Amino acid sequence: MAVLPILTYPDERLKQVSEPVTELTQERLAFIQDLEATMRAGPGGVGIAAPQVGRFERIVIVDVSSRKNIKHHGRLVLINPEITEWEGMAIAREGCLSVPDFTGNVIRAERISLSALDEAGQLRQIDTEGYEARAIQHELDHLDGLLFLDRLVSRRMDLYQRKVYQK
Amino acid sequence: MTGWYMLTIIGRDQAGIVARVTAVLYEMGCELGETSMLRLGGNFSMMVMTHCDSSQQQIQQQLEPVIRDLNLHLHIDAIDGHLHDHIDPNMQVSVHGADQAGIIARVTAILADNQFNILDLESDVGGTAQDPVYVMHIVGTCLKEVEQVSAALAPLHAAGIQIRVRSLDTLIG
Ligand SMILES: [Zn+2]
Repeated sequence: MAVLPILTYPDERLKQVSEPVTELTQERLAFIQDLEATMRAGPGGVGIAAPQVGRFERIVIVDVSSRKNIKHHGRLVLINPEITEWEGMAIAREGCLSVPDFTGNVIRAERISLSALDEAGQLRQIDTEGYEARAIQHELDHLDGLLFLDRLVSRRMDLYQRKVYQK
Repeated sequence: MTGWYMLTIIGRDQAGIVARVTAVLYEMGCELGETSMLRLGGNFSMMVMTHCDSSQQQIQQQLEPVIRDLNLHLHIDAIDGHLHDHIDPNMQVSVHGADQAGIIARVTAILADNQFNILDLESDVGGTAQDPVYVMHIVGTCLKEVEQVSAALAPLHAAGIQIRVRSLDTLIG
C-alpha cells in the first residue's frame, strides 16, 4: 500500500469529471487500497475521491466511524455511486484534503439515499443522514469536478438563517 | 522595511469605499491577506491585513487623498502577522433574546472562565425599536465538553436569554 500525492486547488484537474468504472480489475482494487491509505494518512480525513489523487474514475471512500455519537455504515467503498433521493438541508463546516488551510460553511442535504457498487462488484443501496451523508455528498462532488469552495455560503449567513436545524 | 500591517478604516457607508481603498493598495504593490469588511450601523468598517514594502508613513500618505475624499478614518498598526495560520473552531454558541444591557459581557465572561477562545463573534440587533431582539453567534475553540459549557451558561436562561451550544466538527474529505 502506498500513500499517493494529493492534487491541491487550484490544480485544474480537480475540475475534471470522472468516468464510470467498467471493471474491477486487480490493479483497480490495489489502487483502492492505496486510496484508502492516502485518506487515512491525512489528518482527520473522513473521505477521499479518486480524482483527488489524479485518477478520474468514479470511486470514493468514506469512513466517519472515528466520529463520536453519529450513525454510520463504517468503511464504505462506493463505486459508480448515484444519489437517488435528497431530503432536508443543513449547514456545516467543511474542509478538503485538496484545499489546505481553509474551511467554510456548506449547505448539504440532511438525508440521502444512494446506490453504488462495493469492492466485490455488488450493488448496494444505502440510506444515510447527517455527518456521513455530508461526507458522501462532498466526495461525490469531486467526481463531478466540484469542490466545497463551489458551494460555500457566507460565514455570516447562519446568523440570519430563519429556520433552525436541530440535530 | 517590509512587513504586515493592519489597516483599520471606518466612515459613513457609501458606495466605492472598498474599491478605492484597495486600488491604492494595489497600485502601491501591497498584498492583501485576511480582511473583514462590513457595515455597522450605517458606518462601513474595514480591517485589512496587508503586506507591503512601504513604511507605515508611506501607506498613510498614499491613502490620504481617498481617506480625505470619502471622509474616512484610517489607523495603521505594524503587526506580527502571518497567513496560513487558521484555527478551526470546535464549538459554537448561539444566543438570542430580548435586547438587554450586558448580554455580550455576561456570556463571554462565562466563556472566558471556561477557557473558550473566541475566533469569531457576530452580533446584531433586530426586531423593532420598541422590541429590539438581540442575536449573537460565537465560534471558537474550547477543550471542555458542550454539556459543561452549556451548564455554565444555564443561569443566563433565567434572564430570558436563549443559548444553544453545539460542537462543530469540520468535515475534511
Ligand atoms: Zn474534498
